[in-house]
Amino acid sequence: MSADKRAGEDRPKSPDKAADAPEENPEGALPAQREDLGEVIAVRRGMFGPRDGGDTTGYGGLVRTVRLPGGSSRPYGSYFDEVADELEGALEEQGLDPEAVIEKTVVDRDELTFHISREHLPAVCRTLRDDPALRFEYCTGVSGVHFPEDKGRELRAVYHLRSLTHNRIIRLEVSAPDADPHIPSVVEVYPTNDWHERETYDFFGIIFDGHPALTRIMMPDDWQGFPQRKDYPLGGIPVEYKGAQIPAPDQRRSYS
Amino acid sequence: MSTPQDTTQDSPQDAPQNTAAPADEFATGRETTEGTVYTVSGGDWGEVAEAAAKSDDEKIIVNMGPQHPSTHGVLRLILEIDGETVTEARCGIGYLHTGIEKNLEYRTWTQGTTFVTRMDYLTPFFNETAYCLAVEKLLGITDDVPDRASVIRVLLMELNRISSHLVAIATGGMELGATTVMIYGFRDREHVLDLFELITGLRMNHAFVRPGGLAQDLPPGTVDALREFIRKMNRNLPEYDKLCTGNPVFKARLEDIGYLDLAGCMALGATGPILRSTGLPHDLRKAQPYCGYEDYEFDVPTTDTCDSFGRFLIRVEEMRQSLRIIEQCVDRLEPGPVMVADKKIAWPAQLALGPDGLGNSLDHIRNIMGTSMEALIHHFKLVTEGFRVPPGQAYSAVESPKGELGVHVVSDGGTRPSRVHFRDPSFTNLQSMAAMCEGGMIADVIVAVASIDPVMGGVDR
Amino acid sequence: MGIEEKLPSGFLLTTVEQAAGWVRKSSLFPATFGLACCAIEMMTTGAGRYDLARFGMEVFRGSPRQADLMIVAGRVSQKMAPVLRQVYDQMPNPKWVISMGVCASSGGMFNNYAIVQGVDHVVPVDIYLPGCPPRPEMLLDAILKLHQKIREEKLGVNREQAAREAEEAALKARPTIEMKGLLR
Repeated sequence: MSADKRAGEDRPKSPDKAADAPEENPEGALPAQREDLGEVIAVRRGMFGPRDGGDTTGYGGLVRTVRLPGGSSRPYGSYFDEVADELEGALEEQGLDPEAVIEKTVVDRDELTFHISREHLPAVCRTLRDDPALRFEYCTGVSGVHFPEDKGRELRAVYHLRSLTHNRIIRLEVSAPDADPHIPSVVEVYPTNDWHERETYDFFGIIFDGHPALTRIMMPDDWQGFPQRKDYPLGGIPVEYKGAQIPAPDQRRSYS
Repeated sequence: MSTPQDTTQDSPQDAPQNTAAPADEFATGRETTEGTVYTVSGGDWGEVAEAAAKSDDEKIIVNMGPQHPSTHGVLRLILEIDGETVTEARCGIGYLHTGIEKNLEYRTWTQGTTFVTRMDYLTPFFNETAYCLAVEKLLGITDDVPDRASVIRVLLMELNRISSHLVAIATGGMELGATTVMIYGFRDREHVLDLFELITGLRMNHAFVRPGGLAQDLPPGTVDALREFIRKMNRNLPEYDKLCTGNPVFKARLEDIGYLDLAGCMALGATGPILRSTGLPHDLRKAQPYCGYEDYEFDVPTTDTCDSFGRFLIRVEEMRQSLRIIEQCVDRLEPGPVMVADKKIAWPAQLALGPDGLGNSLDHIRNIMGTSMEALIHHFKLVTEGFRVPPGQAYSAVESPKGELGVHVVSDGGTRPSRVHFRDPSFTNLQSMAAMCEGGMIADVIVAVASIDPVMGGVDR
Repeated sequence: MGIEEKLPSGFLLTTVEQAAGWVRKSSLFPATFGLACCAIEMMTTGAGRYDLARFGMEVFRGSPRQADLMIVAGRVSQKMAPVLRQVYDQMPNPKWVISMGVCASSGGMFNNYAIVQGVDHVVPVDIYLPGCPPRPEMLLDAILKLHQKIREEKLGVNREQAAREAEEAALKARPTIEMKGLLR
């Protein structure tokens, strides 16, 4: 996808239209295989940051929705179909309904992502690790992501699993609301996630239930707040130069 | 666990109210004019104190670091020792936490390379390349990156691998007390840094690899300097073998120390020399090639000793293999662009050095300012605003000298990253410290940590 | 500090000052306080090519009790700051601090929640050394400048007077925000 094509998505739309934007299809901007337009995770307004009407540039009315790639339909291509078939089969064998466990499967940029409902995460991980046809024996840790405007699914934990046996890599994504930031721990399945989950707890406040010792790892023990969440300020101070002061990076006017 | 009786002893006046609603034996409630006041007591501190009083006198908790000359940076080791034996080992990290991942969210995608290069400061090119590969994947321009840029990336990464392994061996030697090894290591590292300085202008923290290619082309004279370097290193590398490999004192310190087998590596996620010292030839350069590694001839050295000495041997051998790759890179360098052709991503000028040693070429700026208003606006927008990256997420991994360096990048379609997470191999490998050290001698902890080669900049980020 | 601080002002004190300054600058013992990237350059400075031994200070002391120079090499995080202060407090007087690199000097590019914006919030700094990281030559230059400073250091009543004068000068000096620079 080239930068030029994307520019089509950025056309100004009127604010009321943006609310029902998902029906709108910016032609050619999305590959054909996707069946839905993706999930809207945020709406951008204006161009330069100020939200209180102080923007006199004329860009203040600009409204753009931010959409992550949506679910894909079969065939996924590459080894993805095989992995998905095996996983669904293995889950059915355990008496789990794959539809309920795997909320969505996204194939984007040659990467396979399973959105897993959080209560089933340990079972899915165990299946992925132990099933001979899957054998994702190696987890590269968890990465927290925070989308404050995606109500009900603000916090995401993203796991990348690698199979050395089959030389494959897949991604699991689990979401939790800000109001109930609990995700089951997978330390039992992948002991390597011990520190990774502590780190994600430290930075995002995601509580990994079942973790043996979920304490802060990077920040001092008595630190208040979870610094890498979007609602936590960067915490910089203004920098003084000769005769001028430059605000901290998060206070500067910026392109949104 | 203390009993409810303990609780009532602490606050006898609360007991009658509490009998009505035995809610929590450790937090008794009491109604006051200010509302309910809870007295929290109990817990298992009594038990802890009792156990500590009863325990053997020989058992001591030793706190090593975070400022200690042989803990490999600001690493804090909390060791429970019984005599000379380590019974329990834990790491305290975070003393170098810099918040780089958060800082990236306030800079453009291009500026991001300036930050990521400072994460694991011994492997700057790996950080930059991993980050740029992820951003390129998000942009969908992975195949558009010119060949010359990829070759130079490989070249720089392999040079970097040599310098990183040299520091690993040098500081490892220093921590053992073998200062000659340290002097040797830093001597040869200087040769690599000279090349970096020639190519990027900086000795460390280069920010040379950019999304879409490189900041600029190789300066004249690089190929000659590279050939001279290969000649020099081919002469110097055997000295490590002469000094260490057969040295009985060195071997006695390293052999069978820091044992971690394949099952342990898999469970703890250890990669790099630690994994290869178990005999598994896993190397992302071979398994999932990037930057055209599939076209280079090199071997993945392994040992089957699972110990520190095996890791040392692997590092020495990997330096030799890196030299092989560098030789092939020099032969492959074809003239051509080093940045994608898309002018929405590439900066309009190839960042030639101005007379002040910084920034864009003055000739170019004079040209665009004097001739084209549109070009000037484009240049300004690209530099101040940066390019937009379509929403989505991507993961890219490279084989850094320490193991799998993964980057998880999330974009929300803006000019700045929404989230960048580095899965640093040092961070994950350091977890295996406890498995390697527990049950061993306290002097061997140093050896085990040195063989993991954690860089705290990468661990804490 | 010992008896030299109690000497009466005059010829004797200035003579002792000169002798003590010369001796002190010739045998500095740096404490290893490597934190980040700058620590690697600091080690490079101690190694073969740049050879800190030429200035009589190649022996980096592991224990702060045996050191009188702290080279704060790298970014100081909020978690590290108390440790840094404790190490500094353990060093015997007289002691000096070089703030090596822009992160230690002012927080540098890491203007965020995690990093102390300048190590001078925690310990008094004698020499600020810019650069990211500074080249070994720059560190050598900073060390030589510190040698000069140590050599000229005053003792006893002279030191108190010098401190008073320095403070008065600092109070009178123009604040940075009122200065004219490239930005105004």
